[in-house]
Amino acid sequence: MFGAGGGTSSYQEIEETDVILLWGSNAREAHPIFFHHLLKGLDNGARMFCVDPRYTSSARFADVWVGIDVGTDIALANGIGREIIHAGLADQKFIDRSTQGFEAYAASVEPFTPDAVAAICGIPPEAVVEMAHAYATADKAQILWTLGITEHHNAVDNVLSLCNLSLLTGHVGRWGSGLVPLRGQNNVQGGGDMGAIPNKFPGFASVDDPDHRARFEAVYGRSLNPVPGWHLTLMFEAMERGDLRALYVIGENPADSEADVIHARAQLESLEILVVQDILMTRTAEMADVVLPASVAWAESNGTVTSSERRVQRVRPAVSPPGQARHDIDILCDMAEAMGAELGPRDPQDAWDELRGLSAMHGGMAWERLEAAGGLQWPCPDEDHPGSPLLHGWLWADDLEGHDPAPFSVLQHEGPTEELSNEFPLRLTTGRALDSYNTGVQSGNYDSPLRFAGLDLNPADAAALGIADGDLVRVCSPRGSVEMNARLVSSLPAGLAFTTLHQPELIDVNVLTNPDWDPKSGTAEFKAAAVRVELIEAPETAGASVG
Amino acid sequence: MSGVATETAVTIRVDDQEVAVPEGATILDACNAAGVDTPTICYGPTLTPVNVCRVCVVELDGSRALVPSCSRPAEEGMVVHTDSERVRHSRKMVLEFLATGVDLAQAEEMGQWAEHYGADPDRYVPGGETMNEPVRVQDNLYIRDYDKCVLCYRCVEACGDDAQHTYAISVAGRGFGARISTEFDVTLPDSACVYCGNCVAVCPTNALQFKTEFDLRQAADWRPEDQTVTQTVCSYCGVGCNLELHVQDNQIVKCTSPDDHDVTQGNLCIKGRFGWNYV
Repeated sequence: MFGAGGGTSSYQEIEETDVILLWGSNAREAHPIFFHHLLKGLDNGARMFCVDPRYTSSARFADVWVGIDVGTDIALANGIGREIIHAGLADQKFIDRSTQGFEAYAASVEPFTPDAVAAICGIPPEAVVEMAHAYATADKAQILWTLGITEHHNAVDNVLSLCNLSLLTGHVGRWGSGLVPLRGQNNVQGGGDMGAIPNKFPGFASVDDPDHRARFEAVYGRSLNPVPGWHLTLMFEAMERGDLRALYVIGENPADSEADVIHARAQLESLEILVVQDILMTRTAEMADVVLPASVAWAESNGTVTSSERRVQRVRPAVSPPGQARHDIDILCDMAEAMGAELGPRDPQDAWDELRGLSAMHGGMAWERLEAAGGLQWPCPDEDHPGSPLLHGWLWADDLEGHDPAPFSVLQHEGPTEELSNEFPLRLTTGRALDSYNTGVQSGNYDSPLRFAGLDLNPADAAALGIADGDLVRVCSPRGSVEMNARLVSSLPAGLAFTTLHQPELIDVNVLTNPDWDPKSGTAEFKAAAVRVELIEAPETAGASVG
Repeated sequence: MSGVATETAVTIRVDDQEVAVPEGATILDACNAAGVDTPTICYGPTLTPVNVCRVCVVELDGSRALVPSCSRPAEEGMVVHTDSERVRHSRKMVLEFLATGVDLAQAEEMGQWAEHYGADPDRYVPGGETMNEPVRVQDNLYIRDYDKCVLCYRCVEACGDDAQHTYAISVAGRGFGARISTEFDVTLPDSACVYCGNCVAVCPTNALQFKTEFDLRQAADWRPEDQTVTQTVCSYCGVGCNLELHVQDNQIVKCTSPDDHDVTQGNLCIKGRFGWNYV
């Protein structure tokens, strides 16, 4: 955001903030140890508003649970913005000095009165007003979000709608105030930082910028492709067109994780060659022509990962890899060599030093420094630099330290692309549970007493369908149907159904999910499908037929 | 910027040494700064002191009673004695009393202190006496051995205000029957427990024990001397929790987290604590 791809704040800041907007995040289950820091903030007196269609285990710790309808986040954010402006609580001095586009933004949120927002979002109008006043009048305030914001067809717009609120109030670039996307994987931040994005080199240098490219060409000793590549969603479209015929998948399980997964599997089947490099035999690996067994990066190899607070930390080998499993870096270098190319250093520390020479924000992170002090937060441009707990302090400098003012965004409420209908009257949303992780490839291997796979339904919805707790049901979306057992959850709002994605071998949930995707991020609308639920049979006869 | 208050130094005397510690530090902190080892049971570096075990007591000039060093703040000019006859006698008796009612065979640190102070529980109850209950094995993640529990409250604190805010356990009962219990003593899978294992991590006596360790001990194959400990980062979510992988025979046998890392402060969730066995 504002030109840097990372959250603005450190975990410690949430312990010292005054108001927390936890938005589309069940951090209690998805980021439990971050939630410990948040709890310290609450113990220290912070107020928390939890915006989530479900009354989650995180929401139970909130002062106010704002249970909006799925996909109405922009309406709520715009309504909060309007209320802040109308109540005279906007930080006009900050807006004048540090932002641009305020007038257009103010005009765009004008229709979003508390009553209008209440009607769109399904919440009381007072909730909009209360949140707006609490956020705007706080000395320090943070907005935190995860996939409830980003797994929508307008993911980036959702994020920008939250950024607008921080610009309106100056709740960014200061200790305790910030914008915090909690990262879902242990190195998704690092992957992006290292250029594992179709249009970026390491350090967020642009593939299509000749000056950026020249720096990398000088070190790599070869010319580089100036055309940005495809992200995963575009790759699947290219497979469908026949433009992409060979795929090399490293540590990803798209045969389970893609929305509208039946369609995705057909695309993978259509490839001329599929190579999968992974630590375990995933469903994607089972489809592959060649499987390259890899070592477990965090327990069998040397390297670094980067966390949600931009902290680069060392991973180290604790055990030796089994059988033929090899370090990812060795496999990649050998693969390149076989194709007649030299990728450069194989030793993780040497590769890291090469990176430090190319990515200014990592320049000061000498290996020994990372070893020593529990990691360093980027940007860390030189070896005397202590690292950067927070980003965008320049917003508070009179001259903005040479930056362009941060832009407001004008955003319209759209709602989910798949509307409810008589045929598909329930909203299905998907999410995470405490004990499991993504498609369960790793987390499915330990005996969790908490593990559950099934469909959460509101008791009134269930009663109307003749469904009792534990009954086997069929869930149908426009793309397919899946059988699972129902669980009645009285805190779940009527009209909403929920399931997790963790056990695709039992519940192939992405058969149902909506593949409409955000053109700015490539993320599909996992959070909002329209479904119908039908009773199959009572639990005593269900048993082994599940799945 | 970080909001840390400026630290004023407080100087106290520990035995024959002058020590300066920041304001708000405890006598125990001062003892540590002076290099004086102090036995502790209910104290944990990441936990709020509950002052129940009294094994860390020291003699403080001007104070009628011995004071618990883990919770008494150091004040300018204090004179503290950690090895006086009164202190040694008190610590010895605390350890003896605990050992008469609890199986301390796996409480290594307490055993070393008991030896140091010449504790002899047999002079009260020859052979000692425990609750004599079977070990509770209700899932594959951790076990509860009530015969080994000294009621130090560390698990209760870790489950409650000090870290996890789950409040799945508390002390129930009175006298010899007092015990750490789930609500209405339901089994763990039926309780509020979320299996973070943060209680196990702070247990000083192995009353709470990871199932992997328990099984290896049952098979007489738990060999700490053959284990390595490697610090790395958890593979789940993006928080960046540091893990200490305890490895024996190229197999992970236990996972802990460093107390002094500011992200975890010794705590983990169920995935980080137990989700490693695919390795």
